[in-house]
Order: sequence, then structure tokens, then C-alpha cells
Amino acid sequence: MKRNEKQERVALPLFGIPRILPFAKPYKRNFLGLVAAQLLCSVSDVVRPVLQKYALDHFVQQGTLQGIGLFAAVYAALIVVTAIISYYGVRGCLATEVQMDRDMRNKAFAHLQKLSFDYYNQNSVGYIHARVMSDTSRIGELFTWQLFDGTYFALFVIGAAVVMLGIDVKLTGLVFLVVPVIVVLFSFFQGRLFTLHHEIRESNSRITGNFNEGITGAKTIKSLAVEEKTGEEFRRETAGMKRTVLRSARTYGAFSMITNLASSCALALVLWQGGILAAHQVGTFALFMSYAQDLMEPVRWLVEVLALLVQAQVNIGRFTDLLALKPTVQDTAEVEEKYGDCFAPKRENWEPIRGDIQFDHVDFKYPDGDEYVLEDFNLSIPFGTNVAIVGETGAGKSTLASLICRFYEPTRGRVLIDGRDARERSQLWLHSALGYVLQSPHLFSGTIRENLVYGRPDATEEEIQRAIHLVSLESTLQKLEKGLDTDVGEGGDLLSTGEKQLISFARAILADPKIVVLDEATASVDTLTEQRIQAAIDTVIRGRTSIVIAHRLSTVKDADVILVVRHGKIVEQGRHEDLLARRGYYYQLWTRQYEDAAISRVWQAAK
Amino acid sequence: MTSPKKESKTRHNNRLLLQFLRGSKALFALSICCSALTTLVDMMTPQVVRLTIDNAIGGKASQFPAWVDELVERLGGYSYLGSHLWIPAVAVAALGVVRVCAQFGNTMLNASGSETLVKNMRDTLYDHIAHLPYAWHMKNSTGDIIQRCTTDVDRMRTFVAEQLTSVLRIAILVAMSLYFMFSMNTALALAATLPIPVILAYSVLFRKEMHQGFTECDENEGKVSNIVQENLTGVRVVRAFAHERQEREKFEAANRHYTSLWVHMGHVIGRFFAVQDVLCGLQILLVTVYGAVLAVRGHLSAGEYVAFISYNGMLSFPIRRLGRMLSEMAKAGASLDRLVYIMDAPVEQDAPGAHEADMAGDIRFENVHFAYEEGHEVLQGIDLTIPHGTTLGILGSTGSGKSTMMLLLDKLYDLPPEGGRITIGGVDIREIQTDYLRRNIAMVLQEPYLFSRSIADNIAMGQTGATRADVEKASAAACLTEAIEGFADGYDTFVGERGVTLSGGQKQRAAIARALLRDAPILIFDDSLSAVDTQTDAKIRSSIEERFGTATVILISHRITTLSRADQVIVLDGGQITERGTPEALKTAGGVYQQIYEIQLGTEGGAGNEA
Repeated sequence: MKRNEKQERVALPLFGIPRILPFAKPYKRNFLGLVAAQLLCSVSDVVRPVLQKYALDHFVQQGTLQGIGLFAAVYAALIVVTAIISYYGVRGCLATEVQMDRDMRNKAFAHLQKLSFDYYNQNSVGYIHARVMSDTSRIGELFTWQLFDGTYFALFVIGAAVVMLGIDVKLTGLVFLVVPVIVVLFSFFQGRLFTLHHEIRESNSRITGNFNEGITGAKTIKSLAVEEKTGEEFRRETAGMKRTVLRSARTYGAFSMITNLASSCALALVLWQGGILAAHQVGTFALFMSYAQDLMEPVRWLVEVLALLVQAQVNIGRFTDLLALKPTVQDTAEVEEKYGDCFAPKRENWEPIRGDIQFDHVDFKYPDGDEYVLEDFNLSIPFGTNVAIVGETGAGKSTLASLICRFYEPTRGRVLIDGRDARERSQLWLHSALGYVLQSPHLFSGTIRENLVYGRPDATEEEIQRAIHLVSLESTLQKLEKGLDTDVGEGGDLLSTGEKQLISFARAILADPKIVVLDEATASVDTLTEQRIQAAIDTVIRGRTSIVIAHRLSTVKDADVILVVRHGKIVEQGRHEDLLARRGYYYQLWTRQYEDAAISRVWQAAK
Repeated sequence: MTSPKKESKTRHNNRLLLQFLRGSKALFALSICCSALTTLVDMMTPQVVRLTIDNAIGGKASQFPAWVDELVERLGGYSYLGSHLWIPAVAVAALGVVRVCAQFGNTMLNASGSETLVKNMRDTLYDHIAHLPYAWHMKNSTGDIIQRCTTDVDRMRTFVAEQLTSVLRIAILVAMSLYFMFSMNTALALAATLPIPVILAYSVLFRKEMHQGFTECDENEGKVSNIVQENLTGVRVVRAFAHERQEREKFEAANRHYTSLWVHMGHVIGRFFAVQDVLCGLQILLVTVYGAVLAVRGHLSAGEYVAFISYNGMLSFPIRRLGRMLSEMAKAGASLDRLVYIMDAPVEQDAPGAHEADMAGDIRFENVHFAYEEGHEVLQGIDLTIPHGTTLGILGSTGSGKSTMMLLLDKLYDLPPEGGRITIGGVDIREIQTDYLRRNIAMVLQEPYLFSRSIADNIAMGQTGATRADVEKASAAACLTEAIEGFADGYDTFVGERGVTLSGGQKQRAAIARALLRDAPILIFDDSLSAVDTQTDAKIRSSIEERFGTATVILISHRITTLSRADQVIVLDGGQITERGTPEALKTAGGVYQQIYEIQLGTEGGAGNEA
């Protein structure tokens, strides 16, 4: 089963922050700048109440307006300077965030290019995609904005404490009394809140699943006339969700109730013990009141950021685990030394490839499976041989192809390319000589031309035209207004599946590979396209070593060797006539296909 | 200015919103009341401080309303308070208690309202979607509908529970602050109010300007995301064409561009916040300085000055938020439109006077014509009688219309008035209650769908009150027992995304068991054994044959052996019946049936050996 988005509980040391430090390192200077900006901002915010106090003590209490002009000017200057600093702070913070995101995404993407196919088989595309896109952006956000706010609040608390201590030590002590109370409370509530959030997310994904089922299963639900029943179940699920959310709201409400109460108590304490100050120094008193209230903001932030950290360590864990994953198929250091890696190949050291393949006592089981699908398998495929692999859907026909492509490596034994173990040369060396045509043609967004030259970016116009001619794509291109420069995704239905298939054939021909791996499409296409595809297949495999996962009778019949696969294992092997004569499993498959073909001819004739 | 058509559309949308809000309106209203109480307490606290500073400690004459003076007298008078400061301190703490209680009430009521609203929306949508005709489901993409039921529902929730209530809350807060400020000093209050519209306007206007930048960023994020998606789905092609380096370069270029857009947005956003900070700061400065001037001239007491600064401090942050809210709220309109699209689609409805007819009668197709899209008739005049208790076999190529006949019989598609009639026991199915009709037809679809629940629940799905024994019997009849017992949890094994994945053949057999369990007088098997091997096929066929005679059975198949036990067989081609008769007669009739029979006769022996 593939791994999909699931909620995981992880506990990493220090919330996994040390694992991300390497990505923050290049932006050391940005971070220093941000801290400096925040220092200035918090100084200004500490100073502001002091200015207010000055206004009270100096003007209001003493009843004079002398120097008020200067006071206003200083105040205004402070506002403007703070705003400028805040501008640079916001800009710098955002820039750091997106650049860290970018670096993390690049790293993850590059790493994915090297990971082996067992990873791709065990994880759904959606799951991997989320590692590259959403995990990174959550980590980046946490690292920059929360750090940004955190620095500010820390500095503000320190600054306020310094100013307050300078005025009255006892009062300061009273104000700070509430902090430990809140911290203790937080640790009490945090676990509960986390569990509840987890439950809510689970419930939410079940509800989405229910919608999905109600829509994709609409036909079945209707034909069983169970709308009321499924509706009832859905209402039960939504009611459960409602209960959980309310429980979490209650917990959160109680928590914030107590924090706010603590804040009121701090205020009351200041009024009680410090009220007498007001008789002589209204300003000092007001200053204390202002700090007592403002101090609650950093505490609230701390509470929130701790909850965020708990959640973010899941992202950090998943992201760094991806980077730490070693490809199961990897070139040795010596091979990489000589042939280069997939991003920096050393083509000058590459031997030309002939196209002989040999399986030498190969045992194989999939990394996530526990049964051997190949045992002591031997097969020699000299250059130019056409191998057909037949069997039912899901029988494991692609295993051999994957081994030849070195998408997987044998558990025991060797796959020899041109007489040497494939592992003695780099993966890229092999792949550069490989053509691969998938059952469902995978085209990349871009123009038809861009897709054609995918394997040969330096192909000349002449070569492109020749490839187009070989798969008889001309008529298709003619009906397109922009011809070769048509965007393949444009309008969605511009190209039929069959035509996309032909493009992928032309792409393979253009790359001029020595070895071709081809997965024939089973999808029904119209007769004309069928003929064009058949002709294209013949062209592609001519003069190359070819491994065809075959569905078409003609391909099978003319193959040099046919491998018959059943339940993941090769059960028969030989040429068409020999296999038929044996009257075994191949014979059954063949007769069934033959029968299907005959029946469709009957229908054709009836029309 | 708006056209009448647009206005009626708005009214139409609002009606749906009100329907969704049923049951939660009162909760939201109460939550806003609680929040108003919170604000009121917030406003009272500075007054207590003011009273303490000016009257209790400062010894100035009270300017408070008479009831306040009376209350103070009861507590021992202003000077007594001045020497016993714990009393105002307790008052502040008591207000704090009231405040947190109100706040708690607000949190709970809002959560309650919000969850009631979401539940209501989800339930309504789910129910509506379940009752939409099958044709609607075919027309709309699953992903899009799910998107509407999740993202758009959530956006509506945010709109009502967070944005709308916040705006009201902020409005109350601002109004109260202004009230207290005006009650203390009109001139200073005016000075504090004047900059507010400027701050608000700036925030709304500038947000609109930023919108374009955000859209561009979003689009580019989509591009980056798309490259990852393509790379992952096409990983085999990338590797086999040795294209890793180019893929990486393509990704990094898009990633770089996307990042640079955000870096630029940093400048725009930073400027926005900076200007807003300056505007708000200047407003505070204005109040501070002008207040000091007024205080010095004797228009304002020191206590009033302190209180005034407090109130003013409460203003600036909410106003900044208000600007953001207003510009974000515009998005909710689009979400509502997307939900209205679903809710406006008409649900399946029985004709007036539809009733429960006797289903144990003959089924007749009378000159049935049907087209999914105009000009492409899939059925071109089908005339057919299936006497009750007999078995009909249908042989047809892909696209011949055989499945369509069954969909029409099950009323999954409605036969248009001019498309002829289908009757059961002489009653037009248009006059039979849909739900009743479907409960009496057990149909196994070509591509069976299993629900993500236990395999036993899946099999029992169509029959209320089915026991485990019934399930086991049906499973045995469908040759599924062995497979089920192979699973770790047996019949309780979970099927689907979060459980085991069944093979195509197992799924078909589970669907057959589901149909056999149902006690329906009409059974339909639409090519239901295609993924099952010949031997199992034979066993299941004999299970089905047990129902021959008591139930009307329709078998669609391309295997002659399956059709050979039917009472009558029709060959369907291009929406017309080209051959009909008993299987025996058709074997020698010289048509398609005979040809296919002969082909399969030659090969069936070999294929039958399959284990």
C-alpha cells in the first residue's frame, strides 16, 4: 500500500530545529540584520510609553506646555524611524523566508532526482509533492517570522523589565509574577490541545473521504438506493467532528480565560501596591500599567509558538528524512569518479554502448516485498533481439524492464550490459542509451517540439522531421494551427491519447537509443490510430535491442523470445510456435487474445 | 447601479446563506453580545483607574454620574478608597473575572455557531449531492465538487464566523471607545476620530493594489508546483531519458523566478506596513500632544488624560485589522457562488402520483430511443418483452447501448417523454417511485465500486437487516469466501484506501455477493464476470441460475457459455436489436451470435483448463 498523507506524531530534539540550521546558515547576515532591526523596534516600543510618561509628568502634572513642540518632534521622529526600520525588517524577513524556502525546495528536488524507484513505488505522488512544496514553506515561515516576532518580544520583555526595575523593584516583581503561572498552565493544556487538533484533522480527512465516496460512488449508491443510509452515516461523522471541535474550543477557551485572568490580576496588583505612586507621579504609574498589559502579548505569543513548533517538527522531520534517504540504486564512488553523476556527467569517459544484455543468475525481490519474483534467472539478449513479455494485468511484467533500466538492481546475480556488470558504469551512461515508451504517454507541459527533443536537446530540424515522418505524425501536425509549436496541454483535448502515444514514439526515435523498452498501450484507440501505432512500434524496435511489454498479437508473434509472466514469475519462455505447441499458459493467453481479436472482427464486419 | 438580474442573483445567494445559517444565527448574535460585554469591561477598567487617580488619590471633585458616587459612598467614600487601594484593585480584578467569563462565552458561542454552520452546510450539500441525478455526476468532475465542498465551505465559515463577526465586534469596540472618549472630551475625541477614515481607506485601497502581486505569486507557485508534479509522475521518463540535470535546471529557474517575485512583494508589503504604522503613530501622537495641551489648559484631568490614552490605544489595532478584513471578505462572494452552483442543480424527483407498483411483472421496452447528447442516438427504437421470472441474455459490442438500456431501467438516466416507454407489469417506470424501483432491482455494474468500510458491511450494503449468516451465504455463492478468509481480519477486513486493495476479480465478486444478498425480483449483471477466471465464472453462474424462475434476470456478457442458459438472447448492435431468439436457435441463425459461438467453441476447451 502506498503511503499517503497521514498524521504522524514525532518528537525531535529541540523540535528538530538543529536539522534546519544548515539552510539558515547562508543567511546568517540577514538574521543578524533582522535581530538588529527588531532590537531597534523594541527599543522604540519601550521608549514610547516612556515618552507618554514624560508627557504626563512634565506637561499634564506640572501644567506647562513648554517644550511640547520639541516633544512632538521627537515623538514623530521616533515614529518615522521605527516605520523605516520595520520596513526593512519586513522586507528582510520575507526575503530570507522565501530564499530559505527556495534552497530547501531545490535541495529536495535535486535529491528526488537521485532516489530510486522503490521510494516512488512506496509513496504516492501527492505525499512526495507535499514534502517538496508544503513542508518547506511551513519550515521557512516558522524560521523567519516566528523568530522575527520572538526576537522582538524577547527584547521587549527585557527592555520593559530594565525600565521597570529602574523605577520600582517590588512592583516589577508583582508584574512578572504572572509569567510562571502562565508557563505552567501552558504545559498543562498543550498536550490536550495537540491531541484534539490531531483528532480534528483525522475527522476532517474522513469527511473529505466521505464526500469523495458520495461522489465517485454515486452510481452504486443510487443503484443500491442507500442514499439515506450513507447520508445518515455522514451526519454522524459531521456531528462527531462538531463535538471534537467544541471540546477543543472549550479547552482553548479555558486556557485563554486563565491567562487573561492572570493579566487582570497583574493590573490589580499594580493598582493596589502602586496606586499611591499616582499621587505624585501619575506618569510612572501609567507606565507601569501600560507595561503590565503589554507584557501579556509576548506570553501569548510564546504559547502559540510552542504549539506551532510542536506541529512544525512533523514537517521538519519529514523534510529532513527525505534528504537523509539514500537511493537504493547508487553508483559507487569509483564509478562516479570516472563517469560523473547525473548532474555533472563526464561524457568524455563514457564507452560507446552496443546493446547486449545478459541476465546472469539473477535473483530478485522488490525492496518492499518478501517473495522472490526471479530466481536464478538467466537470459542472453544480444544486440538487436526483440524480447516480448506477456501476461495478465498486474502479473509483474515490468520487473524485467526495470532491471534492464537499472531502476532496480538484482538481489543476487548480475545484469550485464555489453558483457560488463551494469554496476560498473554509471546509471546515466545506461540511461543515455535507453529509449522508454510508456503505456500511458507522459508528456511534459510545453510545446510538441520541446517534448520531441526531450532526450536529444541538440536535434536538428531535419532529424525532428524524420522522426515525425517515421511515426506518421504529419497529418496530426497539419491540423494544428501552430504545428510543432502547439502547447501539448493547450485546450486539453487537442491531442488524443493515440496521438500523444505517437509523440512519445517520435521522442524515443529521436533519442536514437540502442535499447528500447516499450510498454504497449491496452487502451482502445480507433483502427487508424491503431495501425499507425503498430507501424511506429515496428519502426522503433527495428535495429535495436527491444524489450516490449506486449499486448498486440503481431508484436508477440514476431518476437525473438517471449517471456510469459504469471503471478510475478516467469513461467514459460521461448518463441511463439514453440510456446503454442506446448499448450500451456501462453497458449491460453494467446487463444483468449486471438478470440477477442476474432470477435472484434465479427462486430466490425456486422457494421 | 446593479442590473435587476444581478440583484436578484444576490438575493438568491443570500437566501442560500440564510438557509445555511439556520440554527447558528442566534449563536453568533449571542457571541457578539458576549464580545460587546468584554469590550464594555475593557472600557470600564480605565474608568476605575481614572477614579482612583483623580478622585480617590488626587482628591478632586467627582465628575461621574450620581450612581457611581452613591456606590463609592457605600464603600466608604473617595478618600477611604484612597487609603484602602485594595478596593479598586479588587474592582479591577472583579472586572477581569467578568471579562474572561464573557470572553469564554464568546469563544464557545462562536465555536458553536461556526460548527453548527459548517455541519449544516456539509450535511445539506452531501444530501443534495446524493440526490442529484446521475447525469449531473457524469458532467461534473469529482475533484472540483470536492473542492467546493471542502475549501469553499471553509471559506464561508471563515467569512461568517471570523470575518463578519470580527467586523461587527470591531465596530462595537470602536463605537464604545468613541462613546467614552466623546463623553470625556469632545474636542480631543474629534481629533482622535479624524485620522481613522484615512487609515481605513489607505488599508483598503492599498490591499487592492497588492492583490495583483499576490495573484502573480500564486500563479508562479502553481508553475513550480506543476513542475514537481510532472517530474514525479513522469519519473520513469525522466530517468530513462537521462534528463535529471535538465529537470533540475528547469525547476531551479522557475523556483528562482517565483522567489524573486516574493522578494519584490517584500518591498511592497513592507512599505504598506510602514506607512500604516506611521499613520497610526501620528494619530497617537496627535492625541497625546493635543490631550496634554487640553489638560494643561484645564479642560482635562490627569485621570481623564490617562483614560483617554488607554481608549485611543484600543482603537488603532482593530482599525488596521478592519481594513484587511474588508478586502478579504470580497473573496467569500465567489465561494458562495460556487456552492449555489451545486445547490441550484435540481435533484431527482418523482413524477406527481408516483407509487409503488408490483415489480413481479413483465418488463417491456416499447420503442425506446435515447441519446446522451443531441444527434447521437445510443438506442434507436428498442422493442423487447422480458416475461417475469425469465432470463434475458444480451450480447453486444462496446458502445452498442446494452449498458444504457440497464441504466434507463434503473432510472439512473431518465427516459425523455418522446423516447418511448419502459414498463414493469404494465406500469410506466416514470410512474414508479425511484427509490422503490431501485430497491427492487439488484444491479451489478461493470465497474463495481466498494466503499471504505469492512467487506461484510460492503456486501450487506443494499439490504437492511442482513445478518452475518446472510453475508456469508452470499459470499459463498459469489466464490468469495476463500479470499475473505485469507485476509487477517476476515469479514471485518477494511476495504479501500485505508485498508486492503482488492483485485479486479475480487471486487466483481464482492459486488455480485452484494446483489445476490438482496432480495430483489429483478437481477442485472452487466458484464460482471470479465475479470473472473473461467472456473470461478462457472461456479458463480450456477449460483445465479438458482435464482432463475423466481426472479427476472438480465445477463450482459460476451461469453456464449454465460448466455447459453438464458430463456431468450438478444444481440445488440449500434443501438438496435439485430438478432433475437433462444440461444439454441441463434446458434444456427447465421448471425453474429453464431459466429462468436463458433469462435469460442474452438477455444473454450483450452481456456477451461486454466486453474
